[in-house]
Amino acid sequence: MARITASVYTSHVPAIGAAIDLGKTQEPYWQPLFKGYEFSKQWMKDNKPDVIFLVYNDHATAFSLDMIPTFAIGTAAEFTPADEGFGPRPVPKVIGHPDLASHIAHSVIQQDFDLTIVNKMAVDHGLTVPLSLMCGEPAAWPCPVIPFAVNVVQYPVPSGQRCFNLGQAIRKAVESYDEDLNVHIWGTGGMSHQLQGARAGLINREWDNAWLDQMITNPAICAQTPHIDYVREAGSEGVELVMWLIARGAMQDVADSARSVSVRHRFYHVPASNTAVGHLILENS
Amino acid sequence: MALDKPYQDIPGTIIFDAEQSRKGYHLNQFCMSLMKAENRERFKLDQRAYLNEWPMSEEQKQAVLTMDLNRAMALGGNIYFLAKIGATHGLSFQQMAGSMTGMSEEEYRAMMLAGGRSIEGNRHLGEDGSAQPQHQPQGQAGRKGN
Repeated sequence: MARITASVYTSHVPAIGAAIDLGKTQEPYWQPLFKGYEFSKQWMKDNKPDVIFLVYNDHATAFSLDMIPTFAIGTAAEFTPADEGFGPRPVPKVIGHPDLASHIAHSVIQQDFDLTIVNKMAVDHGLTVPLSLMCGEPAAWPCPVIPFAVNVVQYPVPSGQRCFNLGQAIRKAVESYDEDLNVHIWGTGGMSHQLQGARAGLINREWDNAWLDQMITNPAICAQTPHIDYVREAGSEGVELVMWLIARGAMQDVADSARSVSVRHRFYHVPASNTAVGHLILENS
Repeated sequence: MALDKPYQDIPGTIIFDAEQSRKGYHLNQFCMSLMKAENRERFKLDQRAYLNEWPMSEEQKQAVLTMDLNRAMALGGNIYFLAKIGATHGLSFQQMAGSMTGMSEEEYRAMMLAGGRSIEGNRHLGEDGSAQPQHQPQGQAGRKGN
């Protein structure tokens, strides 16, 4: 059977993608950030998954105001990196896993989560920057990726609790797939940042780290954090952190208190452009 | 019964909810059109003519022409949509975000390098933090005339 063995969490700041694409990773501004991902790139090589289930948000790229799905699962065979206004990123196309994705859609919808099934979708920096951070600049991504887009752009956005519960349903869905597959689930976005208005540039290091502590050790309580706390304390775009709870909810200790997770890596850095970057790798132990 | 909008007492922050989205529908969809290279070229050649193809309000068009992003947000724009205009003009997210504070690009960049804007005094309207209405514009621009 397929199983989720690990979860990865990372911010997905577009400027990080630009720094990689323009060869600026060793510049003094960016060097400390990329140093925080050196362990992670090695870990990815040592623990290569068969499939990555990648939770991210679309930033007005595939989804305009024509349609705003709360949760959208990509079931296509491949996904093209999007032109977000300055040309597409020069990264490999994303190969999907239509069979597992369709299986997860079927199972999760039967568990009462109303997913939108997407067979054609360009993927933006929300998905490609985490891949670049974890995999570097390969000619092809190391494995198939199932894109899972969450609406955190137009309110109402899903609650942390809803995301956490959805993660649990995704774990069950993966475990009911017959083929022996090693699946990683990634939660991306955050941490504290605000890209708008007089409060632009807000960073809340103390809140971010307290939230991280709680998400690791007591995710069921963390999931109860209301939207307004994210927005007030971590900035209007800090609400992206609800997506991390999908990945966290899919870990085994949530379903079985006799199990635990181990923290393989934790990193926090300010700033990347306007944003506090958080990164975490958890393994089922 | 009115919907609960607890986010309305946060200084310097507009939450893109269904009401804002309705106001900004055409503005934001115009922004989406800039994801095509040929449209970006057409827009840059004659911004006014390009904007006139969209059923936007004159106020919204002015906000785009003057790159007044705070105004565009108040009129229903969303930052991820508006970012397409910035990208068309070659502006980074940091330049766009910084422009909304009144700070110069250098001042805003320095604030971020020093750890970003503090949360203290910036949680609720009525406090005394840097994002409060009584402290706008920020940076050197706010000190002129003192």
